[in-house]
Amino acid sequence: MTTSNLHMYVMAAPLICALFVNLLGRRSRRYIAPLTLGALLFSSVTACSVLTNALQNGRLSYTVGNWTPPYGIELIIDPLSALMLLLISVVALLATCAALPSVQREQAGKEHLFFTLYLILIAGLMGLVMTGDAFNLYVLLEITSITTYGLIAMGKGRAVLSSFNYIIMGSIGACFYLLGVGYIYILTGTLNMADIATRLPLVQGDAAVATAFAFLIVGLFIKMAFFPLHGWLPHAYGDAPMGASVMIAPLMTKVTVYLMIRVMFSIFSPQYEFLLHPGIQNLVIWAASIGIVCASLQALAQRDIKRMLTYIIIAEVGYMVGGIWLANDQGMTGAILHIVNDALMTLCLFLAAATIFYRIGSLHFDDLKGLYQRMPLTMAAFTVGAFSMIGVPPTAGFFSKWYLILGGIEAGHWEYVAALIFSSLINAVLFFRLIEIAYFGDVDHAHGHAPTLQPAAPAPWYMQGSLLVTAAALIIVGLGSGQLVQGVIKLALPTGF
Amino acid sequence: MEDFIALVIAKYNYWLYVILMMIGFYAMIGKKNLIKKLIGMNIFQTAIILMFVSVGVKKGGAIPILDKHEVLVNGIEAARIVNPLPHVLMLTAIVVSVSITGVALAIILRIYRKYGTLEEDEIMEKLDQ
Repeated sequence: MTTSNLHMYVMAAPLICALFVNLLGRRSRRYIAPLTLGALLFSSVTACSVLTNALQNGRLSYTVGNWTPPYGIELIIDPLSALMLLLISVVALLATCAALPSVQREQAGKEHLFFTLYLILIAGLMGLVMTGDAFNLYVLLEITSITTYGLIAMGKGRAVLSSFNYIIMGSIGACFYLLGVGYIYILTGTLNMADIATRLPLVQGDAAVATAFAFLIVGLFIKMAFFPLHGWLPHAYGDAPMGASVMIAPLMTKVTVYLMIRVMFSIFSPQYEFLLHPGIQNLVIWAASIGIVCASLQALAQRDIKRMLTYIIIAEVGYMVGGIWLANDQGMTGAILHIVNDALMTLCLFLAAATIFYRIGSLHFDDLKGLYQRMPLTMAAFTVGAFSMIGVPPTAGFFSKWYLILGGIEAGHWEYVAALIFSSLINAVLFFRLIEIAYFGDVDHAHGHAPTLQPAAPAPWYMQGSLLVTAAALIIVGLGSGQLVQGVIKLALPTGF
Repeated sequence: MEDFIALVIAKYNYWLYVILMMIGFYAMIGKKNLIKKLIGMNIFQTAIILMFVSVGVKKGGAIPILDKHEVLVNGIEAARIVNPLPHVLMLTAIVVSVSITGVALAIILRIYRKYGTLEEDEIMEKLDQ
């Protein structure tokens, strides 16, 4: 095992285990947990050493199947993709601790199918962050999407309908991306991102390049649920089985934001986006700001934790996209830091939701009364996640939001700054309302809705353990965000920032 | 007007793909029946596949299967051979589109079993009840 292909092991572990989970899990349920957790633990440890390698040795290019780039598929390991690789494996590992018991209750008898899709999805996400080939990116994007459609459709209630709507929207997004790749291929005759980047400035035909850029970016906007293309997300993530949304919600949108960074800076250049087309930049930042405000307001209207969180995810997508399009050092740092932080805090809140759902069988606000007495540890972790989402120091959410606001001020985009502050206030209202219900509300079964699952024994220790680890990680990442920015994210910024 | 017609005829493959794509797009967004939406999605994807395939075509181009001996003697004349790369890419895209169609059909089956209809407005009525 040499260090130059460690990252292949990171991706191969969940992919190979997906096969074995399907084959062995069919026979007996007890193979599933060790295989899944083992694969993801291995990936996390290996991803850690990939990141240290990338920080020491800089960018590493890896050719698959000995076809040299630009003809073959190139995998690129730079500090940013190594950071994403580590983030994906750690988040997936922690999410799996909660997914295992909740899938066992919600999907009894179908666990092997669930975890096959689940592991392929993780492998697809890992491939997405590494690939240096525009068409390979499309294929991996569809691998992650198809597995997500399947996972969402396993949910109860109207999940099948939400999944179908997601298929239609997701396919439009992917087709737009593919169309953009087609235009790029016609213009440059190559599919390798680095090769495209060297040839694109020499290409004649501004309109065609702009069309390609528009298709690529709009395709990704649909996939990441950027306002106003977000309609599919609340239903899809809200109706998905708890075990699936606990992993999909923190990772999918964040990885797509990362892909947008790749398209913007590895295929096109900052000069192209920010100097040649300043109108587009203003448009995107305005859309992000309006999206943040609208999604926050819609979150306020929800009476169910999971539904509420899905709208918060949409607002957070606006944070990150806006931060990147601010086109300055602070905004970019904030956006990349926010990818990490937001993945962790969404994970924390969804893990808490999964634990609550496991215990009381409902996530409706009316059923949460007196929860602080019944589940003190879970609610403590939930509070940490909520504080991070609001942006209270020293949790992680504060620091990335601080960078984003500084970036907004520096760029003079006051509408974006106002939207960020407004959304923080709304988040404060949202979560304090919840905390009030759960802390002061008396346990009162007369008003409670009929729980969809029968109340059960307390959640298993590893479910709560992963939640507490995530909550602790939020504070540790928050306190260490100075080092994180200096040590990793400064290196990960695209050239020119 | 004549210029425009000449333009359309000269690049008719692109016009065809745009028309097909719009038909598919309309079906995906405008139709209420889920199967029609799915067919629209397929037309949409096929339009893109056709665009890619037509990109590789060259006038009078031969099929891209080379005789090793001939290549060693005469070299490759790229202008006389159809570009195979877009076709290979589209093989992958067809696989992707087939698998999405498969998943979508399975989900449609479950929707039908659950709601007894495939019309979106009727399903919404049942949901509201």
